[in-house]
Amino acid sequence: MLLRARLLAAVAVTTLCLFTPAVLTAETPTDTIIQAWTLDDMISLDPAEVFEFSASEILGNSYEAIIGYDLKDVSKIFGVVADTWTMSADGKTMSFTIKQGKKFASGNPMTAKDVVFSLVRAVKLDKSPAFILGQFGLTADNVDAMVKQTGDYSFDFTMDQAYAPTFLLYCLTATVASVVDEKLAMENAVDGDFGYNWLKTNYAGSGAFTIREWRANESVVMERNDNYDGPKPAMARAIYRHIPEAATQRLLLEKGDIDVARDLLPEEIAALSANPDITIDTGVKGTIFYLALNQKNEFLGKSEVREAMKYLVDYQAIADTILKGKVAVHQTFLPKGFLGELDSNPYSLNVEKAKELLAAAGLPDGFTVTMDTRNTPDVTAVAQAVQQTMALAGIKLEIIPGDGGQTLEKYRARTHDIYIGNWGPDYQDPHTNATFARNPDNSDTPAAKPLAWRNAWVIPELTAKADAAVLETDGEKRAAIYRELQDEHQKTSPFVIMFQESEVAAIRSNVKGYIIGPSFNDNSFRGVTKE
Amino acid sequence: MTDLGSSQSEGRASALLAFLWKAIKLLATIAVTFLGLLLVTFLISHVIAVDPVLAVVGDRASQATYDKMFIEMGLDRPLYEQFFIYVEKVLSGDFGKSFLTKKYVIDDIARAFPATLELATLAIIIGTAFGVPLGIISAVKAGKPIDQIVRIIGLIGYSAPIFWLGLLGLLVFYAKLDWISGPGRIDIAYEYSISPGTGMLLVDSALQGQWEAFGNAFSHIILPASLLGYNAMAYISRMTRSFMLTELAQEYVTTARVKGVPEWRIIWVHALRNAAVPLVTVIAFSYGGLLEGSVLTETVFAWPGLGLYLTNSLQVADMNAVLGGTLVIGAIFVGLNLLSDLLYNVLDPRVRRRGGKP
Repeated sequence: MLLRARLLAAVAVTTLCLFTPAVLTAETPTDTIIQAWTLDDMISLDPAEVFEFSASEILGNSYEAIIGYDLKDVSKIFGVVADTWTMSADGKTMSFTIKQGKKFASGNPMTAKDVVFSLVRAVKLDKSPAFILGQFGLTADNVDAMVKQTGDYSFDFTMDQAYAPTFLLYCLTATVASVVDEKLAMENAVDGDFGYNWLKTNYAGSGAFTIREWRANESVVMERNDNYDGPKPAMARAIYRHIPEAATQRLLLEKGDIDVARDLLPEEIAALSANPDITIDTGVKGTIFYLALNQKNEFLGKSEVREAMKYLVDYQAIADTILKGKVAVHQTFLPKGFLGELDSNPYSLNVEKAKELLAAAGLPDGFTVTMDTRNTPDVTAVAQAVQQTMALAGIKLEIIPGDGGQTLEKYRARTHDIYIGNWGPDYQDPHTNATFARNPDNSDTPAAKPLAWRNAWVIPELTAKADAAVLETDGEKRAAIYRELQDEHQKTSPFVIMFQESEVAAIRSNVKGYIIGPSFNDNSFRGVTKE
Repeated sequence: MTDLGSSQSEGRASALLAFLWKAIKLLATIAVTFLGLLLVTFLISHVIAVDPVLAVVGDRASQATYDKMFIEMGLDRPLYEQFFIYVEKVLSGDFGKSFLTKKYVIDDIARAFPATLELATLAIIIGTAFGVPLGIISAVKAGKPIDQIVRIIGLIGYSAPIFWLGLLGLLVFYAKLDWISGPGRIDIAYEYSISPGTGMLLVDSALQGQWEAFGNAFSHIILPASLLGYNAMAYISRMTRSFMLTELAQEYVTTARVKGVPEWRIIWVHALRNAAVPLVTVIAFSYGGLLEGSVLTETVFAWPGLGLYLTNSLQVADMNAVLGGTLVIGAIFVGLNLLSDLLYNVLDPRVRRRGGKP
């Protein structure tokens, strides 16, 4: 009902726009960039806790991580806070030096003490993103010994195994590896919380912008940090407004009351692309859209059925219509742009081939199966398209709608048949998506529950291979292992990998230098200028 | 009161007793209402299959992190125990923290509610100011073209999705004609010039004499308030029409006409006075409905009110926030109910005299 009302409204707005004179425009201040975005996922501003899209981006522009990479070529790694790094002979300890003369926004000088503090507190607080550091064997008990300050501007990072150095470096580009002002945080610490309760809504970083205020579900106001040692931003202020409705964002953008609209739907983007005052900018993101087939289901457990389903999705049609401008067809588990990416999209809609495979599986008349579907417009529309093409081969797909929490809960409990969803990488290293190809313990109560576990896919050999890849220190060899993994995964896995996301932003044409990066904390308005 | 022999002091004592008894009954009703409200909300939010822990730790957290938070949130205890702990805290004035925002629920609501209150109040003023006269005209001219027009206007207000009207209103009055400001409560330029007081921007800016900011806030609120007011007007005018038709058919109206009382006086004084009694309840409950917050209107107009806050909280099963919000809404309805009872007393002499219901 709500969906219908929204569609009607969007259509009405589009139609009226066509038949009425041009929108009267206002303008935002020349030293301020104002963006409209859905900010209701924000729960914290503490780098040790932030894992949400919106807050990651805000922290990416206000904190500095230890390591960074070239946004155009993520294989090029450089130090942000770190200056140099060398690996020990046993491959387990990385010794870092950090840049001298850096200052936090508070005016406090940055030393290795702050860096060590930031990593240690993230591990000890153990919030959502702590596992990124936990992968190296860091626990609350041992982190003080594993991450150690060795001088004013140097520290050692010790791992429990000799992991690939690139794996560590990419993980230190994540938001959780942002450097926090120890002095300021500890001044506001209560009951040994490392300043956590204060940092949830306050700021203690050294990035291009400071966070002046966050009003939940209203706005975030950021200001230029005069102590920042990088290129000085042209914008004195950056403001995010929480505008949940796409059609409203469009009106604000056309009117000139905002500079950037972040959540527009394909039809709105299509309508705006003819407007000379507005530029549509696209950037490839790492998020993968896929169907997950639970191997506990008697039909989905058959290898021929898994393969047949890969032939029963009209990939190109969905990418060209329902998700136009927002995705590209992509059928391997590593997103484009990652180390070891494999450019291979062998599947397309082929009903005859699928029927043959189903007959071989002893199911010539198809079968009935359910699909848990998040009730957002995009996901629902894709689910319906898949439902239609599956029906061509006799597979009756019953869509079970639910909100994000409900569908995810079933998926995590392995009680779904098919789950339609997406997966975004947590950091820029390929290991983040090995979750598609690892299942170390298929029991009901394992220590870790990767995506392969959620679909009860038992794969000891692939798991061993994926675990070997993360220990391979030679970059080329490592990439080769991932390509092999993906090749086999594509043929046999219970994942119908369909698309890779592109993020689209509609920007007023007088705004230059806005960057949509590969990861959410890479989206940058630091270099924005206004004409 | 036929026994003329009973002394006056006895009468006063029994009146006091009756009043006390009424007060006790009222308090008991309120307590049971609140407890019931809490219990039902609590149970409903526990049967919906949403995991509140996931909303806090995220999908990627390790099992250990998840388990720690599960215990921290008290979810390992039996359901009845969780409920009693909550009620006990509420009784001592502690509504707890939102799992999601980690802020005190009371602070969250203190932020969201004034936005809704301001919008709802303006809307009900608009709704009543137009709804009552239109309803009266409609009743007086029943069956005539003007009645049909009023009824059609009402029908549109009642049935057109407010979401849709909202977007069209924005397109026409904001984007094309530039008569009003766009979504949001106030322009960024004024955002920090008003120091927080009641949280209602119109009131705060007026109190601080910041008339420019007042004008800006007004140009933001007028469209959503008019739309909500239109919706309320549709209902109020329909009810006014029906109450007035009943009153105009009464014998006292005929008598008044026979006595030669001017028609305007019969309609606007005699009949309206009597129709006002049930109308007060209608308006009070419309107001109550508006104060719950309207999710759709708040979404279109990016209005950070109670409706959006509660919906967001419910979607992730943020128990403390949902229960806190429910209590506020419950309190609003109980308060409005009391207020309309009180107005009954003022408007209806029979209630005053009998001390009972009309």
